[in-house]
Amino acid sequence: MNDVLDVALRLLIVFVVFLVAPLVVGQTEHKVMAHMQGRLGPMYAGGFHGWAQLVADGVKFAQKEDIVPAAADRRVFQLAPAVALLPYLLVLVVIPVGPGDGAVGQVVDAGIFFVLAVMGIGVLGSLMAGWASANKYSLLGGLRSAAQLLAYELPMLLAAASVAMAAGTVSLTGILDAFEWWWLPWQIIGALVFFVAGLAELQRPPFDMPVADSEIIFGAYTEYTGLRFALFLLSEYAGIVVLCGLTTVLFLGGWHGPFGADGLGWVWTLLKAAVLAFVVIWLRVTYPRLREDQLQKLAWTTLIPLALAQIALTGIVKVAIN
Amino acid sequence: MADVPEPTVLASDYFQSYAVVGLLAVVGVLFVAVAFGAGRLLRPVVPTPEKLLTYECGVDPVGEGWAHTQVRYYVYAFLYVIFAVDSIFLFPWATVFAAPGYGATTLVEMFIFLGFLAVGLLYAWKKGVLAWA
Repeated sequence: MNDVLDVALRLLIVFVVFLVAPLVVGQTEHKVMAHMQGRLGPMYAGGFHGWAQLVADGVKFAQKEDIVPAAADRRVFQLAPAVALLPYLLVLVVIPVGPGDGAVGQVVDAGIFFVLAVMGIGVLGSLMAGWASANKYSLLGGLRSAAQLLAYELPMLLAAASVAMAAGTVSLTGILDAFEWWWLPWQIIGALVFFVAGLAELQRPPFDMPVADSEIIFGAYTEYTGLRFALFLLSEYAGIVVLCGLTTVLFLGGWHGPFGADGLGWVWTLLKAAVLAFVVIWLRVTYPRLREDQLQKLAWTTLIPLALAQIALTGIVKVAIN
Repeated sequence: MADVPEPTVLASDYFQSYAVVGLLAVVGVLFVAVAFGAGRLLRPVVPTPEKLLTYECGVDPVGEGWAHTQVRYYVYAFLYVIFAVDSIFLFPWATVFAAPGYGATTLVEMFIFLGFLAVGLLYAWKKGVLAWA
């Protein structure tokens, strides 16, 4: 009975985090962008610092009419938001927040493998939406998503492989147990490659050409309204949470910190992930959008060679210290 | 090789961890179902032919949405599939390459492997494949 209760409690916590953390990131994005760009709109609703904007958005999404275009492939169109969102929920369960088995939803031995495989499903949602909408702009957006997939997936895989080599395990908890502070400079190239590739996966600026609103309306999500559109947005922010959490766990030492790692390790994890999330937002207001072919060039002539170099470096150092 | 301890993996643990993941997937599906069900109760349904028309910036669409397009990056797709399949083999190797009993030989093997990948990439580069046609 206790086991059942234990599992239920863990899943409940993961589910609550999945619902709350993306909203926190979204709200932060509103405010940070408002400050950085001097925007007044996001600061208005509800009085103090526009605190009610998120609530207002939620109410609007929930009561908006749900339109499926007559020309669209109805079933696929309606399912796409769920396919885009749910993989991030599944990834959250395996990300360790603190030391020991108590601070992770579920230890999965094939951690990195599982995470990369499941995250790869999310992009299918965009492809489904782009194809099923029967809209030229959506189709273009979907094709751009597909092109993007070809660019970011490989550098991400190689950078993650480097960490697996350093730790000698693919389990996320195992990686954190093996972590030493000097892994930071040792794996820094891999960390940068992983983070940049992750941004491209999330279709965040400067890699937001699949949704480029000034060119193709909103890409694959053009035809979506109301709740289904909200789920797509939620998946973007859930993606930020997952990417920042993973970068923290793989490259920044997760719950390790200069002090207090035993009791307050989870604070370190949250702090590092929050700083990374801030960087994601910061990049959005700082950099202009790349073209799709520029991303391909960046990935194949810069990120992949860098990731291969990181693997070579990891291998040499690892064998040398043994 | 003889002194490398065999890792003990219990099948029950293995299935238990994925059962929990599966359970979470069920929770997720339920969440989406409940959200869509509740949305159906909350929102108005007033369809008109204009609303159901494909949206193209306010102009009535010409031709159908599933237009023929030239996919200019299909060579990247070939490259990607080849490289991704290769890279997967890195992971099982990565967990054991520095274990006692391996060491320098495995490292040399890695460089041969990386060399193959790098030569493939360089070849594609020289061929001009990495430029958007």
